[in-house]
Amino acid sequence: MNTDQKDNWLYEINANRKVLDLNLREVWRYRDLLILFVKRDIITVYKQTILGPLWYFIQPLFTSVIFTLVFNNLGNISTGGLPPFLFNLTGITIWNYFTACFTGTSDTFTKNAGIFGKVYFPRVIMPLSITISNLVKFGIQLLILIAFYIYYLSIGVELSFNYTIVFFPLLVAVMAITGLGLGMITSAMTTKYRDLKVLVGFAVSLLMYISAVPYPIEVAREKLPAFAANIISFNPLSHILESFRYMVLNTGNFSWGGATYALVFGVLVFFIGLIIFNRTEKSFIDTV
Amino acid sequence: MIILKAENISKQYRLGNVGTGTLSHDLNRFWHKIRGKEDPYLKVGAVNDRSSNAKHEYVWALRDINFEVKQGEVLGIIGKNGAGKSTLLKILSRVTTPSTGSIKTKGNIASLLEVGTGFHPELTGRENIFLNGAILGMTRAEIKSKLDEIVDFSGCEMYIDTPVKRYSSGMKVRLAFAVAAHLEPDILVVDEVLAVGDAEFQKKAIGKMQDISSGDGRTVLFVSHNMESIQKLCTRCVILENGKTIFQGDVDSAISKYLASNKKEDTLDFPIELKSLTILDFAILDNLNNRVKAILLGKACSFVIKILNTSHMELNLNLRFQIFNENEMLLTTLNTFHVNENKILNSKEQIELECSMDKLPITEGTYYIGIQILDLYERKVLYQNNNWDIIEVYNGDFFETGKLPSKNNLGSFLLDYKWISKHNEGINDKS
Repeated sequence: MNTDQKDNWLYEINANRKVLDLNLREVWRYRDLLILFVKRDIITVYKQTILGPLWYFIQPLFTSVIFTLVFNNLGNISTGGLPPFLFNLTGITIWNYFTACFTGTSDTFTKNAGIFGKVYFPRVIMPLSITISNLVKFGIQLLILIAFYIYYLSIGVELSFNYTIVFFPLLVAVMAITGLGLGMITSAMTTKYRDLKVLVGFAVSLLMYISAVPYPIEVAREKLPAFAANIISFNPLSHILESFRYMVLNTGNFSWGGATYALVFGVLVFFIGLIIFNRTEKSFIDTV
Repeated sequence: MIILKAENISKQYRLGNVGTGTLSHDLNRFWHKIRGKEDPYLKVGAVNDRSSNAKHEYVWALRDINFEVKQGEVLGIIGKNGAGKSTLLKILSRVTTPSTGSIKTKGNIASLLEVGTGFHPELTGRENIFLNGAILGMTRAEIKSKLDEIVDFSGCEMYIDTPVKRYSSGMKVRLAFAVAAHLEPDILVVDEVLAVGDAEFQKKAIGKMQDISSGDGRTVLFVSHNMESIQKLCTRCVILENGKTIFQGDVDSAISKYLASNKKEDTLDFPIELKSLTILDFAILDNLNNRVKAILLGKACSFVIKILNTSHMELNLNLRFQIFNENEMLLTTLNTFHVNENKILNSKEQIELECSMDKLPITEGTYYIGIQILDLYERKVLYQNNNWDIIEVYNGDFFETGKLPSKNNLGSFLLDYKWISKHNEGINDKS
């Protein structure tokens, strides 16, 4: 019926890889799967545990207590007149979301080799679903932050938002795509070379210390040698942390430049991750 | 209309471990690529014959596979273990890409490589139906509309709200197959899923497969080394051997060819020279006159032997083939004497004797063929061997009704028989 046979084919399976063959239409077609994966992750994590989602509360609370004791009581880091506990809790809440996205997606290929080896669906659905289901966890942890915020307000500590709070969703999105992008790059690399897998665990915990989580950037500039301070201010994650605290606690020296830098970095990492991920998904099953 | 076309599909795998050498090969490959040259490692590679020693670092799991599938066709892909079936399936279902070549398709392909992919043990049957369905490419709305059918087909209604980890393995498989069977892709790729489940469920599954292909005119690629289901379901076959297609065509010839290629090393060395005669050749032929070592139940089969009288005397040949089962129990004898077919063989004369059966009646299994050659003039046994040859019988469509009962219900032999019914009206009529 059609004279031009070439245009007749629905799709072609071959070895050629286009650099940016993202096939977003297909991802959209599988949107129900994305939703179901998110649902599955949320439902199944705490099945057959006694405390259930309470575990979401415990981890940030304990970490904040420890940080307060170590960095603020022992180390005398100034938090600009804010209750150190609230300062730390704020940082940890957003940082947790980043690590959850990063570590959760960094072993996408190796962890799902079984299912990927049997059936095709756009692989990117997997890390996407992890990023989204972690959003729920982040939401719950945000509630604790709000609870303590209200508590400190009620005992008469002076706290205030900044108008930049309207950019909060954007900030979370930048954090998500940065974590997702880095995770996708790592997951693509680990299919062949497992070395990175060992690295991820301790890289994340080290990364926290150069990302201005338990201290403001300003303090780092004052107290640290120049090269270390530079690393911290070049780290886009520090700027996200700083911006988040600025929005919520109205503290620190927020700069639009820093925030834009973090945004550009996030978008860049996300696209690089997506490209590498897409190239890997085609034949990773042979090397995994 | 051709719905799927495979052109020069090849797939190369690396042997041995992925280790430090990998990085150097990768770098070399990258270096060739940025200069616009071909992948240097695609030039090397051995034929995939697993028994031989690995001399190369790379191996071709598939080499230059070409085939076309028309819409509505059920294409059987057969081959021994290691022939490349699974690799081809993986490429078809987009799990991996070919090293060279391409597959073009006009329809969506869904595969049943292994049922139950993505089942989560903590989720209930119902939740898993949705999850599994979505993984296989169905939308939520589609699954919802078919939910009752799926639950019904699986026969797990009672447990549908229980976590799948509490299911028996049989139930899990049934549920998984039920989901998969309700997929509606243009092209369905099936890999021996029929080997699962109990007899009743298998019947259901085969029925469903037949519905899919015949009723809805959907295209099915069916991969198996079970000749029985191939014979039943397929309309055309491709045979793979060591990563190459060695045959494409109709099902009967394909099965015959496949069984012939299945033959073990010949144990018999011809000619066999005896005192007064020489056995020049012996063969088991199937319905298409191919030499085979395996045959389908219900197909024509014949034993052919060539004998040369080396003595200077006339021989009155009485030839017997005997069929023994695996327990060395004699099942039957095919004897020239009983049917008055003894042959007089002059000195230096050669004869070819064929003993043919229209329908092989012995059921699935391995059988030994024994041979006895007697000279009735001298009244002595010239040659006797109870373990002369081996024949493999696969289940087949003996009654030509498409109904293949399992071996347990068959016994060792099948007969051609008739059922005759006479209706007597009125005897039970009490009105």
